[in-house]
Amino acid sequence: MANFYLDNKDLQYHLSHPLMKRIIELKERNFADANVYDYAPQDAEDALDSYRRVLEIVGDVCGEVIAPNAEGVDHEGPRVVNDHVEYASGTVRNLEALNEAGLGGMTLPRRFDGLNMPVTCFAMANEMVARADTGFENIWGLQDCAETINEFATEEIKQRYLPRVSAGETCAMDLTEPDAGSDLGAVMLKASWDEEAGVWRLNGCKRFITNGDGDISLVLARTEDGTKDARGLSMLIYDKRDGGVIVRRIENKLGIKGSPTCELVFNNAPAVLVGDRKMGLIKYVMSLMNAARLGIAAQSTGLSEAAYREALKYAEEREQFGKPIIQFAAVAEMLKNMEAKTLASRALLYETARFVDIYKQLNHISHERSLESEERQEMKFYNRLADGFTPIAKMFASEWANEVAYDSLQIHGGSGYMKDYACERLFRDARILNIYEGTTQLQVVAAINHVTKGTYLEQMLRYEEGERSEATAPLGAQLVELRKRYEAVVERVEALDKEAQGYKDFHARRLVEIAGYILISHIMLRQATEQEADYLNPTKIFVKYAARKIQEAVSYIEASDISDVELFKA
Amino acid sequence: MEKVTKIVVMAKQVPDTRNVGKDAMTPEGTVNRAALAAIFNPEDLNALEMALQMKDRIGNATVYVLTMGPQRAADVIREAMFRGADGGYLLSGKEFAGSDTLATSYALSCALRKINPDIIVAGRQAIDGDTAQVGPQVAEKLNLPQVTYAEELIDIKDGEVTIKRRLERGSETVVAPLPAVITVNSSAKECRPRNAKRVMKFKYALATSEMAAAEDKTKAFIEERPYLHIVEFSAQDVNPDPEQLGMSGSPTKVKKIENVVFQAKEAKSLTAEDKDIEALMQELIASHTLG
Repeated sequence: MANFYLDNKDLQYHLSHPLMKRIIELKERNFADANVYDYAPQDAEDALDSYRRVLEIVGDVCGEVIAPNAEGVDHEGPRVVNDHVEYASGTVRNLEALNEAGLGGMTLPRRFDGLNMPVTCFAMANEMVARADTGFENIWGLQDCAETINEFATEEIKQRYLPRVSAGETCAMDLTEPDAGSDLGAVMLKASWDEEAGVWRLNGCKRFITNGDGDISLVLARTEDGTKDARGLSMLIYDKRDGGVIVRRIENKLGIKGSPTCELVFNNAPAVLVGDRKMGLIKYVMSLMNAARLGIAAQSTGLSEAAYREALKYAEEREQFGKPIIQFAAVAEMLKNMEAKTLASRALLYETARFVDIYKQLNHISHERSLESEERQEMKFYNRLADGFTPIAKMFASEWANEVAYDSLQIHGGSGYMKDYACERLFRDARILNIYEGTTQLQVVAAINHVTKGTYLEQMLRYEEGERSEATAPLGAQLVELRKRYEAVVERVEALDKEAQGYKDFHARRLVEIAGYILISHIMLRQATEQEADYLNPTKIFVKYAARKIQEAVSYIEASDISDVELFKA
Repeated sequence: MEKVTKIVVMAKQVPDTRNVGKDAMTPEGTVNRAALAAIFNPEDLNALEMALQMKDRIGNATVYVLTMGPQRAADVIREAMFRGADGGYLLSGKEFAGSDTLATSYALSCALRKINPDIIVAGRQAIDGDTAQVGPQVAEKLNLPQVTYAEELIDIKDGEVTIKRRLERGSETVVAPLPAVITVNSSAKECRPRNAKRVMKFKYALATSEMAAAEDKTKAFIEERPYLHIVEFSAQDVNPDPEQLGMSGSPTKVKKIENVVFQAKEAKSLTAEDKDIEALMQELIASHTLG
């Protein structure tokens, strides 16, 4: 009986983090729901127990249904029938099982039939689903769109759509167009007001839309005639039940083949506006994207977990020269590094998710009542951390997923290159992770501000205040030294950027990576201090790896003068 | 108001004999229950699914689980509640200890007379005893029609149930008048998973004797919520003839337990020559493996 929650001690560890208590407090607001809903918790302990039990259900469905279906889904894939998507048969069964288990609307409030669980738990569920079938996670994880509706739509719209998401209907976010990919300000899909019918009408094309034929779609469209930039864009909801959108084709992709990537044609499709006009990209898509990026970090972590496990199993079973290949130092080292990256990816993911949870809940509360000044401070504090950590979580987790999948295939040797083992699917599936929802290069653009503004440095100093055990103290001291080197190169880059504009951009990725390696090392160190038996060795391995990467980046920056800006120009 | 159709699923908590390790047997050759996880008997889960499908079709129906066993067998009832059952009955007491299939079916039939269900569903057999006798015996004792090897619920209405049965070489569809006993085969649809909201709602459900040992806070909590109370029947609650219960009601006596050790021998290599094949044929016929 495979259960992806019960077989993963690291995941269970993260559910027990001390910040969960504060998150539950904010999520449950004095446990008032206990008097109204028979499934609402009585107190914090009860809530945490319910989270654990629900994650156990997710783990069961992932291990028993979704993972066994993954290979079939990869081969069969979805198809277009009469202008609409028909999922692979395994995908249909996956959705059935998740819906029977009542796992729609995981984070939505109970008044919309949701489970009212924190983002952190939803990320855990997504991680497990992605470990079972990375492409399927796209379809199921898109229920996240409901969070954006819950945050910005009117009560009437929420009442209309959110219970349907809780009942298991799927979502899509229709942003990209042929000429508007990373640059969403160029979106041209036209929305015009139909006075007679009292609805907006959508006309135009969207491309690369994941689960484009989902039941409820959030559509970025141009409501302001004659505009050409982000300020003319609004967010609307298109309901598949109303009709008016056809799927012209499904892309033939390298990986995540079970996830239908659609080209859509809108033909007078009716839609309702979410929130205020002109705020579509500026406010709502930014919120949607942040949530989606956290989702990709979870998806990536799940893929790393799967790829690591496949490699470990193979290395233990495969014998060459009379012994299992795991006993060869070169293979063992790869596996240890893969494990360390997977744990580090998860550590960063849930640290970020907790920051997002506290910020989001205080933000929700602020719409119900005015916050106390302490709460306002708290919200600001966690908002900054959530903004700073989300891009690095997405960047590191997705890059590592690729590295772990690459090494997993390598450990399988020639067999890994054949279609016989799961590692080849994981290798293909991984390749999109550092591309969609903002490429790694775009995550750097978001993250570099936090290098400049000092978000990362402040957090490093906070982590340095944390407790250390005898075993972790030397690593702590090493991280202090690395932080000093980070400060020194940031200073150098900022000074030289004044002499030659573009110098900071040139080194942006290196700076963000140095900051990331130090921050992640600190989170790992905290875990190693709390649970030495589980985390000390992987943490030592991770810090060795991080120190090497930092050394490489620092050396590069120190040897780089302003002439490099010209040297590397196109 | 239309009458509520009462569906009862007979389920058993069994040691997980599918994943036996080296500690599965005691040195005396009996099952080492402490070393094996106690699980919901797999075919009883198929039965639960069929019962829930009946409820889905009828609408105005309840599904309750009846299990006989020690206090911890209440886990089976909770598991069923997590997956869709409305509640359960735990039949428990030292009088039932040592029951063979005859005494078990007698005890269950006494409880069923008290519950008075419209439909009784059970798994074909339990993985610890593998007898497949309890379901049919219950039907005989209650004088009800029985459908065995049920694989698919085709329909249920107007006091009749239509079931597809799995046969050795194919299948047949039969109609039975209700009330009836249906025993479900492992080839039937797998049971639906636990449901998140149901788990959160029913996780504190306790049987009467479990409640006695619970903290006051928990007791008060359950008393306010009757759906969390798992009904528990003692022997006297179901008015049995004491002689037919437990050991005294069990004519099956274990004569001897033999610990069979599989004696693997070296593999034998044969050439593809007629001489070798002929010799192998003779050997297999001599050992009655063939012929």
